[in-house]
Amino acid sequence: MDDTQTKETMKQARNGAYGGIPRWVYAIAAAGGLLVLLPVAAMVAKVNWPQFIPLVTSESSMTALGLSLRTSAASTALCLVLGVPLALVLARGRFPGQGLLRSFVLLPLVLPPVVGGIALLYTFGRQGLLGRTLEVAGLQIAFSTTAVVLAQTFVALPFLVVSLEGALRTAGNRYEEVAATLGARPTTVLRRVTLPLVLPGLASGAVLSFARSLGEFGATLTFAGSLQGVTRTLPLEIYLQRETDADAAVALSLVLVAVAAAVVALAYRRPRSADISLAGRKSPTAAPASGGGVP
Amino acid sequence: MSSFRGKSRITAAAAAVALAGALTSCVPAAPAGNATPNSGPSGALTVFAASSLKATFTRLAAEFEARNPGTKVTLSFAGSSDLATQITQGAPADVFASADTRNMSRLADAGLLDGTARNFATNVLVIAVPPANPASVTSFADLARPGVKVVVCASQVPCGTAADAVEKAAGVTLSPVSEESSVTDVLGKVVSGEADAGLVYVTDVKGAGAKVKGIPFHESGEAVNTYPIAAVGPGRNNELAEAFIAMVAGADGSAILSEAGFGAP
Repeated sequence: MDDTQTKETMKQARNGAYGGIPRWVYAIAAAGGLLVLLPVAAMVAKVNWPQFIPLVTSESSMTALGLSLRTSAASTALCLVLGVPLALVLARGRFPGQGLLRSFVLLPLVLPPVVGGIALLYTFGRQGLLGRTLEVAGLQIAFSTTAVVLAQTFVALPFLVVSLEGALRTAGNRYEEVAATLGARPTTVLRRVTLPLVLPGLASGAVLSFARSLGEFGATLTFAGSLQGVTRTLPLEIYLQRETDADAAVALSLVLVAVAAAVVALAYRRPRSADISLAGRKSPTAAPASGGGVP
Repeated sequence: MSSFRGKSRITAAAAAVALAGALTSCVPAAPAGNATPNSGPSGALTVFAASSLKATFTRLAAEFEARNPGTKVTLSFAGSSDLATQITQGAPADVFASADTRNMSRLADAGLLDGTARNFATNVLVIAVPPANPASVTSFADLARPGVKVVVCASQVPCGTAADAVEKAAGVTLSPVSEESSVTDVLGKVVSGEADAGLVYVTDVKGAGAKVKGIPFHESGEAVNTYPIAAVGPGRNNELAEAFIAMVAGADGSAILSEAGFGAP
């Protein structure tokens, strides 16, 4: 981080402009900021404050919030279990079709969630590719909380993989090489060197996955259905409340915004503080985990 | 140096103006039909209609355009509640056709209607099952059998309100596996075979063709959904709006609507 700052300062010195950034960039940046900020502010202004607490603490709201938090936690765990090996293989492995695998793993990032839901339906649904086999085995995924977790994991997995792969590439593999030459077995190297080294990236990836799971709507609606306490997560509850009770929808939206903002703030603070603690062991560009680009 | 600053300030202003222009151009302009009000019905008409009217209104709009050369009907389909909210927020609709009277009343109460609403069609619920009918559903009471996966609309939306009324009339308590927020989602779960049965409108089953089978039940008469239509807001293309409404509520409209399964008001 110091390195990039020095570079910036040098560049500024060359240009002779100490502000660093041309003023017009600030004007456009302000417009960009407003585009995001204004709608949120407008929503906050619409909140029926005297009724806020009763609206948010109603039985259906609390059930939906609880379900959202539980399923998001489960999806994040599943993302960690599946995503860490995927990121390792993509960052460190060498095998044919690696580029193709990466494209496929990243696909849910750009896919409309509804499409994801349809795809999941034809995989795990009763009439789906695996659904019939699962049903014979006594497992019914359709209309269950499992379906919600599956849908959330599907859309959230790329966030973890991208974060971690970026962190792995930035960290380099010199320490692993040293550990290996000292006689550590691959699993030991992974456990004692690689994972501690990319812990900040792993943490922010997990937090982002959690946030994405919390906001998942389209795939859940298409694939899991909507039943209070079973599959109706907070976004689905908001979508339904909007039909009859706009006040409740706005109040619940604010809750979701607050949770999401807290989660994002957490994700962007974590890496920095962790960088400092790692600074002694780790060298050059300790880029935040999301920065996949290698300088 | 100072001239440099000045220049960058101008660039900033230009960029801000360009951006503001780009943002405002995103706002849909009002229909351009207002310009020629005196030469019989002509110009552009924007019709907001409930999702269940998609097939019929698409046909009706084409028919209307063919009969009135120089007219252009733009259709927007969504849930009635969404459309009513959009109109309340200033969306440029000339005609609103709702799947229930509640959302039409919302606009009437807000003073957004031009004249009064006319009822032009009715719709009733029917049980939709996959063609093979895996759970052998034959009556409304069968839906309450344990193991039958039933999907209905949530009480907050019109089809859910109707389902509640039917349940009450039949004295049967359903325990659905999912309460969807739109009738399209209920139909989707039946078509895909995820659900054994769903409560949808008779027009949905007709529209789905061979993908689902409809099972009528006599309790459905307890919850007849009425579809009203009205011109929106004074000052828009009223003459054209009235002509379109007359066609929908008239003989041509009812022929196309009844073919799709709608009942007479």
